[in-house]
Amino acid sequence: MPNDNALAHPMSDSELEIVVDDPTAPEADSPAVTDVRVVDVTISLLLALLAATLGYDNWRTGIGWDSTGPQAGYFPFYLSVILAGASLYGVAVALLSRKEAAESFVTRAQLRRVMAVFVPTLLFCLVTQFLGLYVASFLLISAFMRMVGRIALWKSLLTAFVFTAAMFVTFDIAFDVIMPKGPLEAAFGY
Amino acid sequence: MEAFGLLLHGFAVLLTWKTLLLMMVGLVLGIFVGVLPGLGGPNGVAILLPLTFTMDPTSAIVMLSCIYWGALFGGAITSILFNIPGEAWSVATTFDGYPMAQQGKAAEALTAAFTSSFIGSLVAVLLITFLAPLISSFALKFGPPEFFAVYLLTFCSFVGLGREEKHKTVISMSLGLLLAGVGMDTVSGQLRMTFGSGELLRGINFLVAVIGLFGISEILLTMEERLALRGHAASISLRVVLSVWKDLPKYWVTLLRSSFIGCWLGITPGGAIAASFMGYNLAKRFSKDPESFGTGRIEGVFAPETAAHASGTSALLPMLALGIPGSGTAAILLGGLMVWGLNPGPLLFVEHKDFVWGLIASMYLGNIVGLVLVLTTVPVFASILRVPFAAVAPMIVVSCAIGAYAIQNAIFDIWLMLGFGVVGYVFKKIKIPLAPFTLALVLGNRAEDAFRLSMIGSGGDMTVFWSNGLVGSITTLAILLLFWPVIDKAFGSLGRLWRPANA
Repeated sequence: MPNDNALAHPMSDSELEIVVDDPTAPEADSPAVTDVRVVDVTISLLLALLAATLGYDNWRTGIGWDSTGPQAGYFPFYLSVILAGASLYGVAVALLSRKEAAESFVTRAQLRRVMAVFVPTLLFCLVTQFLGLYVASFLLISAFMRMVGRIALWKSLLTAFVFTAAMFVTFDIAFDVIMPKGPLEAAFGY
Repeated sequence: MEAFGLLLHGFAVLLTWKTLLLMMVGLVLGIFVGVLPGLGGPNGVAILLPLTFTMDPTSAIVMLSCIYWGALFGGAITSILFNIPGEAWSVATTFDGYPMAQQGKAAEALTAAFTSSFIGSLVAVLLITFLAPLISSFALKFGPPEFFAVYLLTFCSFVGLGREEKHKTVISMSLGLLLAGVGMDTVSGQLRMTFGSGELLRGINFLVAVIGLFGISEILLTMEERLALRGHAASISLRVVLSVWKDLPKYWVTLLRSSFIGCWLGITPGGAIAASFMGYNLAKRFSKDPESFGTGRIEGVFAPETAAHASGTSALLPMLALGIPGSGTAAILLGGLMVWGLNPGPLLFVEHKDFVWGLIASMYLGNIVGLVLVLTTVPVFASILRVPFAAVAPMIVVSCAIGAYAIQNAIFDIWLMLGFGVVGYVFKKIKIPLAPFTLALVLGNRAEDAFRLSMIGSGGDMTVFWSNGLVGSITTLAILLLFWPVIDKAFGSLGRLWRPANA
């Protein structure tokens, strides 16, 4: 196929073809997990709840005026009122919307792929807390490349190591931006 | 002419090997960011911000703004060669750019894209050079009520002129303003909305939120798509460049029109995305042969690229002159200014002349260097796309985490970033716009301070916002813009009532 193209349009020798495959792409016909309307209503309700919580806290702080002008809670309190109003209005609009009910929020195959990034990222944050950022980074990159991208193990390990080492040299050594570290770095005296 | 002298001084500040090197590094990183899927301009700037923490402000801003120019250039590469817009503002470039590439004219399309990007930014930088000092010297007379009125104008124009559903813009903005208030109150020293948490005492950092909202959420969104691609990376020969440049004067109307649209939309919160589409559509409408658009016309590449770049660049004008960013990326640069200990606003032109004129000079120089760089290295950057996303995604996650942690050296911020990533993902899918949130979060404290200072000054009298002609007209304009959709509709129906009576 690409050859036909090249014949029809003579191209220079420096031309290079780029082909990238996606072995774990989500199927197009996967059923929807939920529609946009359900999520819109849920989020709007959560925002209204958040607005109520923040509004209450600001009311406790003081929403009136004293000798120095408006009290600390004045400005944010009225913002919570606006947020609550807009969210409740959003609930009503979303409940009435036919268009949103017909739109898929996420299909099952898409959700699986999103979770394939989200869960490792969550674990990465957790590992960072205990083993330091660089060890977590090495684990995340190598495992993700191997498991999600189906890339050869040696390539995954090598890429992860080179990237992590480059980050360490750039941030901790060259630019003096110190990252959280764990027992491994301590063993090397950092 | 004073501006000219200061600009020359700015060039003198820049022309050291160290700064030029930083510029090249910034441009290369920026093109990377623009080419890779799942990494946008604002996000790239936010992630790379920690690199600049230990630099002096001038070097830092030169590098960051070059990342931004690079990202603007880079978006065009994937649009034309692979029909994949690396950035939302490059979508319109694919309409004619990709057909051109399919017809074997990829080099022409790329040259056209880069050249018009360059022209667009150049027009916008000229505007900044001559207008920004004027506006800022005018704004020096502003007191707290005027500043609050200008902030109000910014927020209201987002609601009134934005294309999203109004209540969703209001939600996004009020949430941003609220979260900006978390932590210690700057006036009274009281704690607000911390719920006894020591971590929330520091407040919610703007940059952490941006890295989560744009970085992490973008990766989640990208993973939903099928990420396979196929295309050709063409190198650009000098002959092609010269032949495209020879034809350039033929399209001067399109170039000028798109530059104008871009500058206008960049200053007002319309943004590069709207500008690129408007530039394309207007070029099509005024063309003698509108049918041929979409089949690979070089004009269809010139129009959106010029507008997008003019807009992306001119978004820095209100940030420099007034301390109000015109785009998401400008908001992040503003966040950077605060990290480096500079106070954004009109005083910047007085107190930090070197910095401001160094930045403006770097816009000229960065665009020239950028143009040469992209024209010569396209195949290299296009082949970056061979790297599978499964390798790129975790590296972006790690870079995001490094960026988030470095700002305040807090592990909590990494968790906050993850939280904002989820919020950004959900918000984008239910169409709550993120730009008003970003803007509100960065301006929140300053808007509140301006409001409280005006109230203290006036003894709680709201009419202070109409106390003189200047502040009164800004406030009135803000309120008009807020209700613009209603007013527009009312006039529309009045007009309809009027016409039958006339006829």
